[in-house]
Amino acid sequence: MKLETVRQILDCQVIAGGDKLGDVVTTGCGADLMSDVLAFIKPNALLLTGLATVQSVRTADVAEVKGIVYVRGKWPEADAVELAKEKGIVLLATKLPMYESCGKLWASGLPGGGELAGDRGDACGAPVPATV
Amino acid sequence: MPVEPLFLQRFDVAGRDFTGAGKASTTIKSILREIGIAPAVIRRAAIAAYEAEMNVVLYARKGTMELRVTPRDIQIKVCDEGSGIADIGLAMQEGYSTASEEIREMGFGAGMGLPNIQRNADTFHISSVVGQGTNLEIVIRV
Repeated sequence: MKLETVRQILDCQVIAGGDKLGDVVTTGCGADLMSDVLAFIKPNALLLTGLATVQSVRTADVAEVKGIVYVRGKWPEADAVELAKEKGIVLLATKLPMYESCGKLWASGLPGGGELAGDRGDACGAPVPATV
Repeated sequence: MPVEPLFLQRFDVAGRDFTGAGKASTTIKSILREIGIAPAVIRRAAIAAYEAEMNVVLYARKGTMELRVTPRDIQIKVCDEGSGIADIGLAMQEGYSTASEEIREMGFGAGMGLPNIQRNADTFHISSVVGQGTNLEIVIRV
């Protein structure tokens, strides 16, 4: 799904990366806890979150996320916007709540990552046991 | 016989520096990209490094991260001075967290940090002394 389509569906304001709205995201992930994002999100995904700190963008950068939609009328902090511009990550903002935002995108054909908690060995190989 | 590193860099990480948190990991990601490591491997290394760095920021007074890249693998060693982990087995369980409400409000403390590191590593070693700190050794084959 093109980020421009996401913008239209969720009636988003564009905060950063307006020149990249033609880019395509292949899956969506809604979360406010960044370790959950790192555990579940796929590369080239769209992140929907209410976390508006710079860490939302850093997490997106680390996890190869193409764009972030801030839900519930949240607006990212200035350092988050600057980092997104530097890293080429699209930032959008919607007044819709998380549940409705995810539902609208799902209903429009944007799938989730398809991973179940506790069954995530497929993304990067089977988990290895830690040695202590 | 030890393999000569292609690249070696050490980063200082300050505890409670929530603004700078993650900078070392994003720098590591840039370095790995410049070296020409495969994108899927870079993503695993970046996620593991970021989780490890956030653990230092959130739970320790200070720490260091060392990136060593050899022709065979990426090695990330993280050593912190902090409260340490009393029960490593419990800390490795998905969803277990000792995070404060303040940490959760910042988007962390889901109890997925150490499991995420483990999942992205080919080998992962953790040791900790309560009241002193925690050491992590992460290896990802290239």
